[in-house]
Amino acid sequence: MATIIVVTSGKGGVGKTTTSAAFSMGLALQGHKTAVIDFDVGLRNLDLVMGCERRVVYDFVNVLQGEANLNQALIRDKRNSNLHILPASQTKDKTALTQDGVGKVFDELSKEFDYIVCDSPAGIEQGALMAMYFADEAIVVTNPEVSSVRDSDRILGILASRTQRAEMNLERVREHLLVTRYSPRRAKKGEMLSIDDVQEILAIPLLGVIPESQAVLQASNTGTPVILGKKSEARNAYMDAVDRFLEEKKPQPLQRVETEERGFFGRVLFGS
Amino acid sequence: MGLFNYFLASRRSSASVAKERLQILVAHERSDQYRSAYLPMLQREILEVIQKYVEVDREDVNVNVDRDGDCEILALSVVLPEPVPLSRNPPQAAVGNHAA
Repeated sequence: MATIIVVTSGKGGVGKTTTSAAFSMGLALQGHKTAVIDFDVGLRNLDLVMGCERRVVYDFVNVLQGEANLNQALIRDKRNSNLHILPASQTKDKTALTQDGVGKVFDELSKEFDYIVCDSPAGIEQGALMAMYFADEAIVVTNPEVSSVRDSDRILGILASRTQRAEMNLERVREHLLVTRYSPRRAKKGEMLSIDDVQEILAIPLLGVIPESQAVLQASNTGTPVILGKKSEARNAYMDAVDRFLEEKKPQPLQRVETEERGFFGRVLFGS
Repeated sequence: MGLFNYFLASRRSSASVAKERLQILVAHERSDQYRSAYLPMLQREILEVIQKYVEVDREDVNVNVDRDGDCEILALSVVLPEPVPLSRNPPQAAVGNHAA
């Protein structure tokens, strides 16, 4: 079974696509077979940030509507063969994303991949809801700024109530806070919310802090995930976040508890 | 008070103002979210129970949550038709519960 990770935020422009590109490449660099999916139907950009925009032939919606199979639509990354990209459709509208259809694509991807990273669109409509519905883990990307923090809190509420895990009363989606565009200098001067402030308000575990960095724009200019670009604070910070994520998933006792609980729910739900 | 706050705010850092505003807003929005999830269902089920015994319309049952400091008060009011067939109790009931 693949682990499904949604990269979400509510607010636009905070760094979801940058994070999806960097994080999925980070997982691939550590040897995990990873698929990254763009859920922003009509406004696709992951392909551009990943530098594979000219290799898009079929897209996610083509697969959902049976016009292409998954292998035709998946783009294998040229820099790391563990990573595959499933681009969004640029022409269709977001109602094409149905729960059944997305579920079937995930089932198929699960056979081949360790991780499925879902790049959510901004907002809380169909595309965003579908990106998070099947998630096991959520990376909530937040800027240290009032509107972003408020929107992140709203997203946390939706993660707790409108995902498959919530609806089926399973163990809740594991939430991770990733603060992006952070400036330690401005926070110290009291001009910017500090990491502690943001964490105190949102009250979820901190996965990482990505500093405001010129490297992020340079990376997207050239279609290179930040984590592969030249040495920068942002690159190191994304590497740290990936390490921490994988480290958290390691501890044995925790996993035993999880499987026992799932077994229990399985018995209750399916009577076996 | 307003003037006092104004001077207080102008001397504090903008980040601490942001934090305070967010804390108030987020607490408020979280309670709204929680409330809106169960209130309509509660109202419908209460109506169904009452309708077993008395003929009342949907508009005759009112469910409200008010807040008093840390305590949330769930107020339920039912307008019974004349004459009251079964109940001798006054048509007002209030149940208090603690805030989460």
